[in-house]
Amino acid sequence: MTRDSQIQTSCALLLTLLLAASITLVYQIDRVRADEPLQEVLYLPSPTVVKRLSLGYSGLLADIYWTRVVQYFGAKHKAKAKQYLILEPLLDMTTSLDPKLLPAYQFGSVFLAQKPPEGAGNPVAAAQLVEKGIRENPTAWRLYYDLGYIYWLELKNPRKAAEAFERGSHVPGAHPWMKVMAAALEAHAGETETAIYMWTNILNSTDDANLRANAINRLRCLRVDSEVKILQDRIDQFTKQRGRLPSGWEELISAGLLHRTPIDPKDNPYQLVSGRVQVAQPELFPFIRQGLPPGKEAGDILGQEGFKVVKTQ
Amino acid sequence: MLATLMPAIEIHGLEKSYKTGFFGNKLKQGLKPLTLSVEEGEVFGYLGPNGAGKTTTLKLLLGLVFPSGGTARILGRDLNDIEVKRFIGFLPEQPYFYDHLTPLELLDYYARLSGVDPRERKRSVDTALARVGMTASGKTQLRKLSKGMLQRVGIAQAIVHNPKLVLLDEPMSGLDPIGRREVRDLVQELNEEGKTIFFSTHILSDAETLCDRVAVLNKGELKGVGVVADLLRQVSGEVEVVWQGAKAISALSALGARCHATGDTVRAVLPERLLEAALDALRVNHARLTRVTPVQATLEDYFLARVGEEKSAEVTA
Amino acid sequence: MIERITAIARNTFREAVRDRVLYNLILFALLIVGSSLLVGQISVAVDRIVLVNLGLTAISFFGIVIAIFIGIGLVSKEIEKRTLYTVLAARPVRRWEFITGKFLGLVMTLLVNALAMSAGFFAAVAFVSHGLGHGDLQLVTAIYFILLQYVLITALALLFSTFSSPLFSSIFAFATFAIGTFAEDLRGFAQMASGLPRWLMTGAAYLMPNFAALNVISEVAHNTAVQPRLILLNTLYVLVYTAALLTASVWIFERRNLK
Ligand SMILES: Nc1ncnc2c1ncn2[C@@H]1O[C@H](COP(=O)(O)OP(=O)(O)OP(=O)(O)O)[C@@H](O)[C@H]1O
Ligand SMILES: [Mg+2]
Repeated sequence: MTRDSQIQTSCALLLTLLLAASITLVYQIDRVRADEPLQEVLYLPSPTVVKRLSLGYSGLLADIYWTRVVQYFGAKHKAKAKQYLILEPLLDMTTSLDPKLLPAYQFGSVFLAQKPPEGAGNPVAAAQLVEKGIRENPTAWRLYYDLGYIYWLELKNPRKAAEAFERGSHVPGAHPWMKVMAAALEAHAGETETAIYMWTNILNSTDDANLRANAINRLRCLRVDSEVKILQDRIDQFTKQRGRLPSGWEELISAGLLHRTPIDPKDNPYQLVSGRVQVAQPELFPFIRQGLPPGKEAGDILGQEGFKVVKTQ
Repeated sequence: MLATLMPAIEIHGLEKSYKTGFFGNKLKQGLKPLTLSVEEGEVFGYLGPNGAGKTTTLKLLLGLVFPSGGTARILGRDLNDIEVKRFIGFLPEQPYFYDHLTPLELLDYYARLSGVDPRERKRSVDTALARVGMTASGKTQLRKLSKGMLQRVGIAQAIVHNPKLVLLDEPMSGLDPIGRREVRDLVQELNEEGKTIFFSTHILSDAETLCDRVAVLNKGELKGVGVVADLLRQVSGEVEVVWQGAKAISALSALGARCHATGDTVRAVLPERLLEAALDALRVNHARLTRVTPVQATLEDYFLARVGEEKSAEVTA
Repeated sequence: MIERITAIARNTFREAVRDRVLYNLILFALLIVGSSLLVGQISVAVDRIVLVNLGLTAISFFGIVIAIFIGIGLVSKEIEKRTLYTVLAARPVRRWEFITGKFLGLVMTLLVNALAMSAGFFAAVAFVSHGLGHGDLQLVTAIYFILLQYVLITALALLFSTFSSPLFSSIFAFATFAIGTFAEDLRGFAQMASGLPRWLMTGAAYLMPNFAALNVISEVAHNTAVQPRLILLNTLYVLVYTAALLTASVWIFERRNLK
């Protein structure tokens, strides 16, 4: 019997060792495969074919594609990618396999639409995706919200946005703020306030880590925008009173225009450069329109040609 | 041939409980603790009705199943010592072989596994095949052979590597009368070459003619072991009495004899100890005694006595 | 030891080769390679892509079917038919030698199959692109990976075969293959969970055979190079994982009572 237990122990030991080694190798393999460029051009079959091949297990397959979406986006986002080539086909595949997968539409509405590196920069495709979602799930009022968001913030079309919110507000069970949004857009209310309202709603209504992080980022940037506006007002006031530009925040504080040195949401003090307010690290605030250094306006940071916020001065 | 140098097989308290029941929660004793030894050079018969535990014993000895307790040594070595297997040949019960092979290929394969010297291999294979009379079918695929022919191939594979100890599980099953005689001859031949033979069977006449010693097993329990003649002496003999005169029938029947009358001639079989009383009864009834003959006790008598009447139907069938 | 293992491997190989089912499957695979020529004719620009995709998929699929088909019976059939008695009972054959021999025999069989199927495949590629070029070396890599798949699946089938009936073994083997194909996605799933489930899922996902990285068919169909590092890592991985599977098989088989 001792021989027997000897075999048992050596088998157990060897097995543990080999499995540990294999796990290490899998880890290595995953890393090699993750930075393979060929994933980008990987031949993606058509959703109809995949659905037929899935032999009725399309739900499971959809879940698999959904993880691929999240993985793909995560890896690209981390690498500050300028392009998200297969995000759209992946999302299309996922939602074709499981048209009821609402998180996928919501994910697409935000990350397909936003400009790189925060998204694929394709708001038209995002709107199409969400329209498809609405066709498949007419009673999901959240999708109208997502659609409204795309039209308003990404496609700059408040009329169509208001229409989307309006349509959504008629769906039974829709949250009352759908009506509020519709009304706010009709009334051309302050853009920043409405945007803050919108992103707060998104933040509070999702568990998706990517979406939440994005919403928080957005809210931070909106705060910067509104703070920069106020600060700029104070500077202008100072300039009018004294007839010259302030040399620093201290002058504004001693003039009673400010209580203390203003701090941005990332805890850096705002910069005051020749009468202009700037954030210290613009790359921390990818969505801001205000407070950018001259020549570093939104368009340049985002690497987008033909889109420049023209500053008047 | 009886040499008592060292036991070829030494079994000490060997037992096996099989797990049965759906969850393996019930235990069935396939073999109760068994102590037995087989001397080198013996032909040893291992007898028992179906389910007695014969095959179980062989599987334990060969390491196919693991014992629940006890130990055994083969050719003086531990069961776990795999090298000892070079010197053992084994014919399983209802042997089944790779049916895509021919007997020649099969024996060649087994000879390789047994570590037969490559230069000797071809000769060993041919000899083994010839000894079981299968040379003519050496190149026929096994799937095309009859049951009896397969049994012969089975015996050939058990001896292809010239083992010292040959274990045969029911070697006669599936053979025609001629085949059975051939196997009996073969067993004797092998024994004359000095090999120890251990075979299980429930065909008693084979054991009786072949074996130096036998062991009788029933329901996993050893019922007796010894030289055949000694065992037979233990079964009390019977006598056959034949006489003229039907009048005496009732008197002898009263003694417990089984009487069969043919006209005036009567034949009765009765235990030897009743012979005196029977003769007295015949005298009283004026019957004419024709003859008194002792009935030869057979292994079957011993077997039936030991194993019990309830099993007789299965065994003799 | 070596002689015994080779004898067992040789016998396993011979048994497989004498089985007619094998030829039917190979024939079928070659038929598919051939038919891809026709499909390629229809869509002119992509004939080579279609041929490579379909051909390599056929080689991979049929090899795996054969591997599972034979692999699941490797041990259980011998136990069931009791052929094992004559091998293990009275021969100086250790149980691990038996397992190893069986495994090598089947791998040999599959290697020969793959050679036959690949020959047909390359002939078709040469026909379509009028000769073979330097770029077709990528195809060799893909076939090499397919061979690695065979090795893994054989070891898997063998493992199941040591404790389960052929029917269940085949179900297990196919299921594990399917799961292994999505191993990377499984690890993705695990990343999305949190807490204890995340740990458990990650562990399970890493322990599954990693078939995903062994399938580069669509990559080579589009003429993208496979990284040499991946070839090295995959080779090592298959060696190590196969050794693990064989160890587990031996472990189980050593303790088994042979009924
Ligand atoms: N694998 C097993 N699982 C459970 N019980 C078993 C197993 N093998 C044998 N047994 C039981 O052990 C007992 C002895 O069986 P064994 O096969 O040794 O008998 P045997 O003497 O060879 O009979 P036969 O003459 O029919 O071949 C039987 O009652 C049988 O039911
Ligand atoms: Mg038996």
